[in-house]
Amino acid sequence: MKIVVAIIKPFKLDEVRDALTAMGVHGMTVTEVKGYGRQKGHTEIYRGAEYAVTFLPKIKIEVAVATEQVDKAIETITTAAKTGQIGDGKIFVLALETAVRIRTGETDAAAL
Amino acid sequence: MTLKTPIRAGLAAAALVACAFLLSHGVAAEPAAPAAPTFNKGDNAWMLTSSVLVLLMTIPGLALFYGGLVRSKNALSVLAHVFYTVCIVTIIWVLYGYSLTFTGGSAFIGGLDKIFLKGVTTDSQAATFSVGVTIHELIYVCFQMTFAAITPALIVGAFAERMRFAAVALFIPLWVTFVYFPIAHMVWYWAGPDAIDAAAKALAAATDPTAKAAAQAKLDEVMADAGLVFQWGAIDFAGGTVVHINAGIAGLVGALLVGKRIGYGKEIMAPHSLTLSMVGASLLWVGWFGFNAGSNLEANGGAALAMTNSFVATAAAAMSWMFAEWLVKGKPSLLGIISGCIAGLVAVTPAAGYAGPMGALVLGLIVGVVCMYFVTTVKNALGYDDSLDVFGVHCIGGIVGAIGTGILVNPALGGVGIMDYTTGKIADYEFVTQVIAQCKAVLTTLVWSGVVTFILYKVVDILVGLREPVDKEREGLDITDHGERAYTM
Repeated sequence: MKIVVAIIKPFKLDEVRDALTAMGVHGMTVTEVKGYGRQKGHTEIYRGAEYAVTFLPKIKIEVAVATEQVDKAIETITTAAKTGQIGDGKIFVLALETAVRIRTGETDAAAL
Repeated sequence: MTLKTPIRAGLAAAALVACAFLLSHGVAAEPAAPAAPTFNKGDNAWMLTSSVLVLLMTIPGLALFYGGLVRSKNALSVLAHVFYTVCIVTIIWVLYGYSLTFTGGSAFIGGLDKIFLKGVTTDSQAATFSVGVTIHELIYVCFQMTFAAITPALIVGAFAERMRFAAVALFIPLWVTFVYFPIAHMVWYWAGPDAIDAAAKALAAATDPTAKAAAQAKLDEVMADAGLVFQWGAIDFAGGTVVHINAGIAGLVGALLVGKRIGYGKEIMAPHSLTLSMVGASLLWVGWFGFNAGSNLEANGGAALAMTNSFVATAAAAMSWMFAEWLVKGKPSLLGIISGCIAGLVAVTPAAGYAGPMGALVLGLIVGVVCMYFVTTVKNALGYDDSLDVFGVHCIGGIVGAIGTGILVNPALGGVGIMDYTTGKIADYEFVTQVIAQCKAVLTTLVWSGVVTFILYKVVDILVGLREPVDKEREGLDITDHGERAYTM
């Protein structure tokens, strides 16, 4: 099993969710986060004060998938979250040792 | 049911306005009766309304405008400063403030004849700007009370986010006592039109030389029964010097003495809610009609002119600031629009009842650009930390307005001219004389307020300390001073 962590543009969340649901991913965790990569941020001006805002608002998605689904999930997220502009985000994949569904006690693949 | 009530209220209000209108017209149509001043219910109703409108400017108007401009950790502290100021000054005003400001005494400060509002009853009359027309003195007490309350509330924006509440609590009563009351007395106190008119008529009626000399002496005495700046012939319709220049310079002195906020120029100090600031600026504009049109003291054409000018100059300044910023900085900001709105209101304050609408338009266009240049460029070059630009908007805008008033009052430029109550006619306009009088009023305010305020801050610093320790300032004044937060989410 793997955890797929994707940092995406906030307005792309619905498209990504719909695409993942369509490919058979039935749950995800979403967090509002701030950060920067190559996009570097922007400048805000309040009267005379100029501020470089380096941390931009993004959405972090975490989905747990079976190992054989990983490539498909990455492709799905990439397609749905892509605008072609700088700041589209990144995807990280981590190994997942165990999963448990709290209500039933099911484990691993059955718990996803 | 919920729908019907407001409609009914609206109809009642419309009927009231219509009645007030008819009343004032009815009175105007009657032959003038110079003796025995009379109350006009329309004037009184308008002044009751204006007093409440000026309160609306301060709470919640100014409080929200300022509150939105600070960081969220200090938002509540600014709201508390403003609300505290309104309440404490209201109390001081009825104890001795009104007496010190609006009784005779010297050219610098009034006396204690009306201490604790002694002798001010429901029958007392206060002069307006027309011979033979008065309003209830208690309304005048309340109306001027709201001016005394908003002026020190403007100052707190300059040292926002770092001054201790205890320091503010001590500073405000001292400041109104030693700065606001004297300056308001110097600029606004006079014997009133009835006294001058009566003395002038007595002089005209006097036949033999002894009677003439006595009548002349009486007229001189009446004319001298006024504040210093008033005697110079400087005009300030609703408080360009008394309110804005006064608060602006006091703010600058405070910002310099208390020092910069920790991290100023390095950390992000962006406004936490421009939405609140926009609501606040809008309420300020609405309330400002009580401030400017109310300063006419009568519900007549003069009030209508002040209202028109307060629309026009404000919109013009908001637009000139926005377009100038768009041109220079690349984006038209909401903060620019609402800052321009305030700058326009400030500049039109002294001019509201004197300039014509086209004069007000020009004044607004100029002040928007001047204040924008000041707060975006000059302030950065000088490097002082006036958190919410009290000096850049109120003092600079006030100076533009005060001097502009001396120019735009000229009937040749669409102004209404200055009434000479000794002749009952509009006096001849003299450019140099008037502009010099205006400049003297500005300088007097800057020097008096600047110097006395400096001393008061020093006294407060010795007694309670101006500033919070570094850790407390970092945590935010909401928690450290008040033990509560603006937002719990």
